Amino acid sequence: MTSAAPILQLTGIGKQFPGVTALDDVDLRVLPGEVHALMGENGAGKSTLIKVLTGVHPADSGTILLDSREVTFGSPLDAQQAGISTVYQEVNLCPNLSVAENVLIGREPRRFGRIQWKAMRRRAAERLAELDLDLDVTAPLSQYSLAIQQMVAIARALEVKARVLVLDEPTSSLDTGEVEQLFRVMRTLKEQGVAILFVSHFLDQVYEIADRMTILRNGRREGDYPTGELSQVELIAKMIGRDLAELERLEERPPARTTGTLLQADGLGRTGGIEPFSLTIREGEVVGLAGLLGSGRTEVARLLFGADHATSGSVTLDGEPVSLRTPQIAMTHKIAFCPEDRKADGLIPDLTVRENVVLALQARRGWTRPIPREQQAQLVDRYIKALKISPANPEQLVRNLSGGNQQKVLLARWLILEPRLLILDEPTRGIDVGAKAEIQRLVAELSDGGMAVLFISAELEEVLRLSHKVGVLRDRRLIAELPNDDTLTTEVLMQTIASGGRS
Amino acid sequence: MNRRLLWPAVVLALLLLLNLFFTPGFLSIEVKDGHFYGSLIDILRFGAPLVLVSLGMTLVIATGGIDLSVGSVVAISGALACLAISEGTGVFAAVALAVAVALVLGAFNGFLVAVVGIQPIVATLILMVAGRGLAQLITDGQIITVTDASFKVIGGGYLFMLPFGILLALVVLAATVFLTRRLALGLLIESVGGNAEASRLAGLRSRGILITVYAFAALCAGIAGVMVASNVSSADGNNAGLWIELDAILAVVIGGTLLTGGRFSLGGTVLGALVIQTLTTTIYSIGVPPETTLLFKALVVAAVCLLQSAAFRSKVFPQRERPAARPAAKDTTEVAR
Amino acid sequence: MTALTGAVVPRKYLPVLVTAGLFLAMFIAGGTRYEGFFSAQVVLNVFIDNAFLLVVAVGMTFVILTGGIDLSVGSMVALATMVAAVLLNAGWPPVAVIVVVLLIGAGLGLGMGCMIHFFEIQPFIATLAGMFLARGLCYTIGTDSIPITDPTFTAAAQTQVPLGGELWISPSVLIAVAVVGIAAYVLHQTRFGRTVYATGGNEQSARLMGLPVARTKLGVYTISGFCSALGGLLLAFYMLSGYGLHAVGLELDAIAAVVIGGTLLTGGSGFLIGTVLGVLILGLIQTVISFQGTLSSWWTKIFVGLLLGAFILLQRVISGRKK
Repeated sequence: MTSAAPILQLTGIGKQFPGVTALDDVDLRVLPGEVHALMGENGAGKSTLIKVLTGVHPADSGTILLDSREVTFGSPLDAQQAGISTVYQEVNLCPNLSVAENVLIGREPRRFGRIQWKAMRRRAAERLAELDLDLDVTAPLSQYSLAIQQMVAIARALEVKARVLVLDEPTSSLDTGEVEQLFRVMRTLKEQGVAILFVSHFLDQVYEIADRMTILRNGRREGDYPTGELSQVELIAKMIGRDLAELERLEERPPARTTGTLLQADGLGRTGGIEPFSLTIREGEVVGLAGLLGSGRTEVARLLFGADHATSGSVTLDGEPVSLRTPQIAMTHKIAFCPEDRKADGLIPDLTVRENVVLALQARRGWTRPIPREQQAQLVDRYIKALKISPANPEQLVRNLSGGNQQKVLLARWLILEPRLLILDEPTRGIDVGAKAEIQRLVAELSDGGMAVLFISAELEEVLRLSHKVGVLRDRRLIAELPNDDTLTTEVLMQTIASGGRS
Repeated sequence: MNRRLLWPAVVLALLLLLNLFFTPGFLSIEVKDGHFYGSLIDILRFGAPLVLVSLGMTLVIATGGIDLSVGSVVAISGALACLAISEGTGVFAAVALAVAVALVLGAFNGFLVAVVGIQPIVATLILMVAGRGLAQLITDGQIITVTDASFKVIGGGYLFMLPFGILLALVVLAATVFLTRRLALGLLIESVGGNAEASRLAGLRSRGILITVYAFAALCAGIAGVMVASNVSSADGNNAGLWIELDAILAVVIGGTLLTGGRFSLGGTVLGALVIQTLTTTIYSIGVPPETTLLFKALVVAAVCLLQSAAFRSKVFPQRERPAARPAAKDTTEVAR
Repeated sequence: MTALTGAVVPRKYLPVLVTAGLFLAMFIAGGTRYEGFFSAQVVLNVFIDNAFLLVVAVGMTFVILTGGIDLSVGSMVALATMVAAVLLNAGWPPVAVIVVVLLIGAGLGLGMGCMIHFFEIQPFIATLAGMFLARGLCYTIGTDSIPITDPTFTAAAQTQVPLGGELWISPSVLIAVAVVGIAAYVLHQTRFGRTVYATGGNEQSARLMGLPVARTKLGVYTISGFCSALGGLLLAFYMLSGYGLHAVGLELDAIAAVVIGGTLLTGGSGFLIGTVLGVLILGLIQTVISFQGTLSSWWTKIFVGLLLGAFILLQRVISGRKK
């Protein structure tokens, strides 16, 4: 490792969005020829930092030094021209163009305005050869796998003589072999002195490839460390460790009054989503799922609700085999699901609270059997009161509600169906502390009433506080299933995640 | 009524006032031969087919789609009804046949959109092109004239002192309101158009809803086709319903339903259709050459669409729009207003 | 990704090959059925009768390749014939008339491009407004057909360019072929052309790749307006009149020709040669129907509609289901 001056130095970066501090006094130093990992959970500020760095958003405060010179970028193009190139998770290339064009379009060799195709193909092939890639550069990009497309994106980035390469979750959709190929390319680049800023949720990969890492949490920098000097447990603790000023523990959770197995998944899995897993959920039981972002926790939920198709395994409900192919089928089995991204996947923002609440019930009845107005009013009124939805106006548009109240509307939609299994994917994310406590209390009450709950949260304390049993996920595998007894602590959970269940 | 109906209502009122200024007796309605007569009645009567087509179009647009084929369906249904009557079929059976065929054609559109997964504009383009030829095939390129008196009633007759066409349009309007607002079709349409993925995860079967909606749009067009044919006692496969799909889309847009789908307003659509019809009537009555109707329409389309475009408002009226155009902040910050 | 890729024929040429095969099959079938069909002049006549459509369809190809659509082309053609006729009758020199008409077309196209790009109005609606506007302008200029007697225009209409043997074409065909050639060069050999494909492939990506998407989108609508005006001039040569009811529904023919030629309506994929074949197929259908004698003209529309449906389904199969 060269101990040269940093090629890229961000100092005191701050970024405000209305009402929210996304970045607060963040520093980042990247050395030439190193792979530098940027770590953090949802909302830690990783993507905002990258956007500031690549000219998508201007920073409110702080300076960016590139090669010790201060720079400001007005657009991604500015940043590219200065030598900072970004490759995103969803490859931002044109799949319909040839590989050569994707490497060179916008900078293609021309004579009198006419593209020199031969020279272009040669140059593209050279660039790719530098990455040990031998492709048919005349073939359309869409013929190649995502991994290859990502390499082509990297080749394009190098074509502009990038000195800093930002790889934003490049490995999320790659299989093991493809990841290896990407890492080979990254190592080659390192040797050429390119600095790589690497974002990934996969701890193994970070430990394999990164030289140093900077950890963000809640928009602040937790520190930067050489990879070798920070154990995985320490890393996880810094990313998700104890954070809230010790909310007082809910009174001891009584053992679940479990009457029997409700749902049993056997070897359920989906290629590219989650490795086959087995999980038992009993009536009245809260099963927590703990794991980092991208560990497969959402995928488990989506498979159990039929939002995605499983490619392997089976599910039994009350001992009867069922095939959860669609949400409708899951609903007839009284399974409910509040998705993680409530605006994109949950609510219809232009409809009212009342309409959003009765939607699932109405969908189940079909449009020919409307729910009578009085019954709608009663139902909605009851849940507005029970969940303390504010403002208590059923005709308010959902888009005008705060995050916490939107979450409650989504909960109300499913509660009126009286589900037996309620799947909650990050129900408390991004909502204020008061609403958070209310939702936690509600989950406890529901399970006391006999409902089974699958509870997903990035906050380990919350998972521990509510669950009777915790499933631990890492790198798209369910690696452990731990009963929540006195011995289970956040430290144990972090240890389990860090060890990858190999201990 | 809500604020969205305000602008189309204002435009309609202004157009009527303009007419009153040029033709003082414009708003008067008199009774002749036991029927109501007057310019207002004429606007309603001649606007009835457009109202019908626009109602169906509203539901299609609310799902985020569009139906270009309604004009061809108007022609096909009119041609079928006239052909059947001229071959000796009873009026009722002929009309039933025409409307049923329209329904099937609409279901075909819905199938292409919902099951095969073709963009609505492309899927309905097929029937738009081929349907026009089918209509001419049915009429054998001629204009089929029918003299049946009871058929004439649908588009030209009277009931309860009012033109039958107006009553028919009112019945279809009432039926549409019933289906969408009394029954729950409207909620499910707005849900699919507002957020398709969230609707799927709430257990909606959007396929069935889409097919229903395209079939309904064609049904409305079919009724309109019978009405048009009855009004002139003949079927013209070439010209019946020509460009009515564009007027209908325009009526829906003027009525405040966004082309991106979601919330729809049937009242707004009716107002929009009446604005278009009144515009046509106005141009005739105030002596502007009728040829310029299209120019006015172009200006109205451009104005309405520009006003609906968020990009236009934020560029042209940056000050006033700022509070609303504030980017959706993180959840934590938004407090109920 | 299916295993089909990398087969004998690259997948992107498949639609064009299907179209070419269809054209050949129709031509051979026509030749075996009808006396006198199997001659080069029949094909040349298809070109002569559809030169204006070919030019319009070239402009439409640019627009559709970016993922847009232009409904205004038929009205623009009519407006071009109208303006040309009126100005010629007013005694303007033909060259000036041609320049003015082309400028009007390009200008209106640019205007629609601005509405689409800067104000984010859907192409469908913006060009619908353009369609009304152009047709309305026609009727405002005059409701009757205006004959054109200018010697330059009549010469263009009546000249026969000999091709050796008994074969001949009209000057309009030469212009149309030149337009096709230039357009093909632009699409495949210039940065602008490649950016058209990139924009249609993935507009967001094209923007992040630093390509001038805005300029490109304005460019294609300007080109389409220009091509419509030029197509209008060719129609004026052909008809020797200006009339507000010329070219009614031409936009559908142009769109159909482009789609039958294998260009994806979602943008990013297709070739100009496909559009040429699409226009030829439309023309050949008319020729077959006129040779048949017993088939009425509306069969054209039905056939075109069926072909359109078949090709859209084919594209769906080729591009696979995207969710």
